[in-house]
Amino acid sequence: MSSVRVLVGTKKGACIITSDGARTDWKIDGPHFAGWEIYHIKGSTVDPNRIFVSQSSGWFGQIIQRSDDGGKTWNAPGGGGQESPQGFPMGESNKFVYEGEVGKHLWYDGTPHPWEFKRVWHLEPSLTDPDTVYAGVEDAALFKSIDGGHSWKELPALRRTKGELWQPGAGGMGLHTILLDRNNPNRIYVAISAAGVFRTEDGGQSWKPATKGLNMQYELPDKSAEVGHCVHRIAMHPSRPNVLFMQKHWDVNRSDDGGNSWHEVSGNLPSDFGFPIDVHAHEPNTIYVVPIKSDSEHYPPEGKLRVYRSRTGGDDWEPLTRGLPQQDCYVNVLRDAMAVDTLDQCGIYFGTTGGQVYCSADSGDTWQAIARDLPKVLSVEVQTLQ
Amino acid sequence: MSTIRVEIPFHLRTVTRIEGRETNVEVAPPATIGSLLDAIEVKYPVLRGTIRDHGTLTRRPFLRFYVCEEDWSNLPADTPLPEAVLTGREPFAIVGAIAGGVI
Repeated sequence: MSSVRVLVGTKKGACIITSDGARTDWKIDGPHFAGWEIYHIKGSTVDPNRIFVSQSSGWFGQIIQRSDDGGKTWNAPGGGGQESPQGFPMGESNKFVYEGEVGKHLWYDGTPHPWEFKRVWHLEPSLTDPDTVYAGVEDAALFKSIDGGHSWKELPALRRTKGELWQPGAGGMGLHTILLDRNNPNRIYVAISAAGVFRTEDGGQSWKPATKGLNMQYELPDKSAEVGHCVHRIAMHPSRPNVLFMQKHWDVNRSDDGGNSWHEVSGNLPSDFGFPIDVHAHEPNTIYVVPIKSDSEHYPPEGKLRVYRSRTGGDDWEPLTRGLPQQDCYVNVLRDAMAVDTLDQCGIYFGTTGGQVYCSADSGDTWQAIARDLPKVLSVEVQTLQ
Repeated sequence: MSTIRVEIPFHLRTVTRIEGRETNVEVAPPATIGSLLDAIEVKYPVLRGTIRDHGTLTRRPFLRFYVCEEDWSNLPADTPLPEAVLTGREPFAIVGAIAGGVI
């Protein structure tokens, strides 16, 4: 019997929400790491019981946690990953150290500012090896662990790709999206706020900006600038790694050539501002966004929480409202807070800044709240278990 | 060798699985702020980077050190610990600063 495990990172801990494949009865387990900010929690597709967590705090910094039993128990794997005879975890809290000369990026006032590690925004487990995992961090950089999170090494060529021109967005300069190509392990896409999209074809030894064609009215004075784009999220279907979808600060965009060029597909959306974007598990041309009123008003237009679905890969969008609040709703949905399961009838999930987690077990036609009163939801991932 | 009582803030107790507010740490003479922090990180490697930055070993901005009800946060790392701490009469307190209202 299939089941799903929804991994929810919140401002005050992590929750694991489970159901059988019917997705009607849900059990909430948590909070794990109570009181800590959980920017991201994601499981390995190779070993679903292996789950990585980014646990951070403005007081105490960054810790990586790992479970090898599906979230029942946790350990900080850095260093040794063992327990002392007294039962104390012996791993380091994890060391993220930039490679070589730290270098400088642009600060908000346009002056050079040294890179400073703040936190891990996103963890992306390898599609082929349970011990390999990537970490996207703030200030923006990509790290890789090949020993299950014991140690981390930066892939520094990324920051050499015009890094001196990268500038933080309002939420900081975070590397928030990592897309791995199932068919080509050397190809990785990353997205950074507010630097743009970058692609490597050699496993991270070299990178190229992948931003041509992005509209940047009010964002960048130089229309040909390769970096400086406020990309909120990119998504792709595993069967079509050359087709990418993007929710930008403004505009929803699509690329059909692996990011070499982009064109806008906002179409009839009520607002083309938003944060998350995701792709249906079985329909590579069906995509989902959650429009937000504007960059100054981070809540749904008209107070109606609507997911918009396009079955044509963009341009033509339909609102999905059944089961979602259609009045007086002023929550936001953050960039890492939408995910899909891979059951035959694809499930769509998203979490809100108001602490709700919604699920649709029918590709978005109808929705139910599977959690209503969690802390602000920072991230949502789903594991489909057999 | 001195047995130092160390008060650990709540969120680091959950990480280390320390029960109660305090833990005991053995420190070889001469016991200083720096050597005590070194000993804490040897006993609890998971705390590396959570009290002091990994590279610079500077105190994280929103943590404070208190000794005998005095703020020792900004004293040099080679400052010797007082007799009251060395004998276990007083703890070395690591305290999360009351720093703003971010939820």
